[in-house]
Amino acid sequence: MSIAAEATEFSFPHRHLLGIEGLSRDGIMGLLDLAERASTVSRQIAKKRDDLRGRTLINLFFESSTRTQSSFELAGKRLGADVMNMSTQTSSMSKGETLIDTAVTLNAMRPDILVVRHHAAGAVELLAQKVDCSVINAGDGSHEHPTQALLDALTIRRHKGRIAGLIVAICGDILHSRVARSNILLLNTLGARVRVIAPSTLIASGIARLGVEVYSSMWEGLEDADIVMMLRLQRERMSSNLVPSQREYFRFFGLDHEKLGRAKPDALIMHPGPMNRGVEIDSSVADDTRSVIREQVEMGVAVRMAVLQALARHLPNR
Amino acid sequence: MSMQARRATALLNARLIDPATGLDQKGGVLITNGKIADVGPEVTAASVGDRRVIDCGGHVLAPGLVDMLVFSGEPGHEHRETLSTTSRAAAAGGVTAIICMPNTEPVIDDVALVDFIMRRARDTAQVNVHPMAAMTKGLLSGEMTEIGLLREAGAIAFTNGKTSLANAKMMRNVLAYAKDFGALIIHHLEEPSLAQDGVMNEGEVATRLGLPGIPREAETIILERDLRLAELTGGRYHAGQISCRASLNIIHGAKARGLPVTCGVSINHLTLNENDIGHYRTFFKMRPPLRSEDDRRAMVEGIASGDIDVIVSAHDPQDADGKRRPFAEAADGAIGVETLLSVALRLYHDGSVDLVTLLRALTANPARLLELPSGRLAKGAPADLVLIDLNTPFVVSPELLRTRSKNTPFDEARLQGRALMTLVAGRPVYNCSDGRGD
Repeated sequence: MSIAAEATEFSFPHRHLLGIEGLSRDGIMGLLDLAERASTVSRQIAKKRDDLRGRTLINLFFESSTRTQSSFELAGKRLGADVMNMSTQTSSMSKGETLIDTAVTLNAMRPDILVVRHHAAGAVELLAQKVDCSVINAGDGSHEHPTQALLDALTIRRHKGRIAGLIVAICGDILHSRVARSNILLLNTLGARVRVIAPSTLIASGIARLGVEVYSSMWEGLEDADIVMMLRLQRERMSSNLVPSQREYFRFFGLDHEKLGRAKPDALIMHPGPMNRGVEIDSSVADDTRSVIREQVEMGVAVRMAVLQALARHLPNR
Repeated sequence: MSMQARRATALLNARLIDPATGLDQKGGVLITNGKIADVGPEVTAASVGDRRVIDCGGHVLAPGLVDMLVFSGEPGHEHRETLSTTSRAAAAGGVTAIICMPNTEPVIDDVALVDFIMRRARDTAQVNVHPMAAMTKGLLSGEMTEIGLLREAGAIAFTNGKTSLANAKMMRNVLAYAKDFGALIIHHLEEPSLAQDGVMNEGEVATRLGLPGIPREAETIILERDLRLAELTGGRYHAGQISCRASLNIIHGAKARGLPVTCGVSINHLTLNENDIGHYRTFFKMRPPLRSEDDRRAMVEGIASGDIDVIVSAHDPQDADGKRRPFAEAADGAIGVETLLSVALRLYHDGSVDLVTLLRALTANPARLLELPSGRLAKGAPADLVLIDLNTPFVVSPELLRTRSKNTPFDEARLQGRALMTLVAGRPVYNCSDGRGD
């Protein structure tokens, strides 16, 4: 049975994947199940499928990315699509073309799927309104990064067997993190208990209304956590006076063995990457046996294959 | 000091005043291992056995004063004042804890410098010294300091020194960040562009003298803004010094709304006004500037009502070279830690503030804000005490003051009442009967 045939087993009535918001519990679970099967494809010697044969996938990244862009590229190729990477540095977008003009131009080339990352929240949705193909949000500003939340959930489920009832602590720059927002939405939909831990300067206003418990102490927030999800701290946070220094951040908000001791003994350590060792995470913690950071990358390819398959069902001309 | 005093363990026949509880009655204090072992009417000659006894002669025995705003010259300006000379002056004034501003050279904005101050104080100071740290690096308002690490190192509070942080976004960040560490932000109130060239209170007196003024709004604009940001962030905020009636009204309103904000006033603004500047007397030049008589009265009312929490000396030693200049060019600041208690007693003697309320603003309130165990007469509290003669008159003579700098606005002032003896952790650090006490 082809993977695509399995994809019809669950209801996924979406043309685009713009965010976790709007996905049902069953839709998310269906994607995770599909991704679980896709993960076996990547471990085979022959990794090529034909689900997307003849289709064109364009990676349109307005922000630099290593793992997201390359895993979408691999996912597309493993499903048989033609994949093109558009680099914003060398294209007309760097010559002042507006987002909408770029969208119209690309649309004229008749792609089937656009994977878009943009620095502005809402930009991917705006672009989706102007094209005929399916659009996948690969990160828009501080808004959403749905495939990251899906791959995180898949990784958790593979280790814990469930999501519901787990205590998940998301630690770090919550204010600027699209990963945090998508994870909060997804984990709440699946019934986890979500905490966010950060200095008050990096907590987004009103976030408790999204259904999370807010902590400004790692020692308190990590108590009995099943999952410790670290976020990257960007250097700009220092220059904009949200955090005084790297050493102070590491002392109070970096994940070291002492703070990790507050979590459950079998707690998973996660990080969406790229990591700043010695800033938000101690190097030995990142390499600890409980760290699933590399597995997150592997599941990234699987989840993106699953998303492409699910959306392929609604592609025009089929 | 005498060897007898060193061994003292019981203070008897005192009028005990504990502003924290409102206690005012005859009794004694028993001291063991530097702490108050017992306090009250039952501590008498009969109950203390063969311990070394000091007869207080019926004088007031109160917690030592906690002075929340003191500039010392160490490190960097030792010619003006060292931690040692400041602490001797403090001891002679009944002050058992001084909170030092970070305006030194270098500025106290790093863990190692907090550590330096604490070690120097331990080795050279006679009273407790608690360093404040800068909330921005170099006090330059550009970058936030390592508030968490500084707090762990012993910084008791955070301040931007003699300037207001003008950038509201930055102030918001500092308040929000400091909250996570339970750190108190003590802020100077002076909108920099409004106060820019001013050298005294804006108004008739400044106009007659031909001096540029500092409007009260330079203070109230920052105060209003800060209270909004404190409310937004939930940060712990203390206005270091207010100086005018409008500010008192703002604080009163904020407290009535339930905001956990506090404020202080300097002894100068409680007892002096802009007219004292007379003909360009630079010892009366300070920031915030001395205001009108109505503003001074408002400050006294604020102490009496409790809207103003704390009285500080704002002790700021300046050498003669800094003060012997044309008024507009002279340095700001006045010394005051040694005369703080005696000058404050003016408010008691003229009937405007009762003694317990007055002492509360000098002891229990600052100790509570700073989370110090002192400032009260309670079992287990440190035996940081002052024995006060309320009534004996004297004249302030600058040459007898222990501070290295002599810029006191109370030069030749007639005062009534002073510290007779000061104890820190049960050890007498000043005794009036020993002459100069050191």
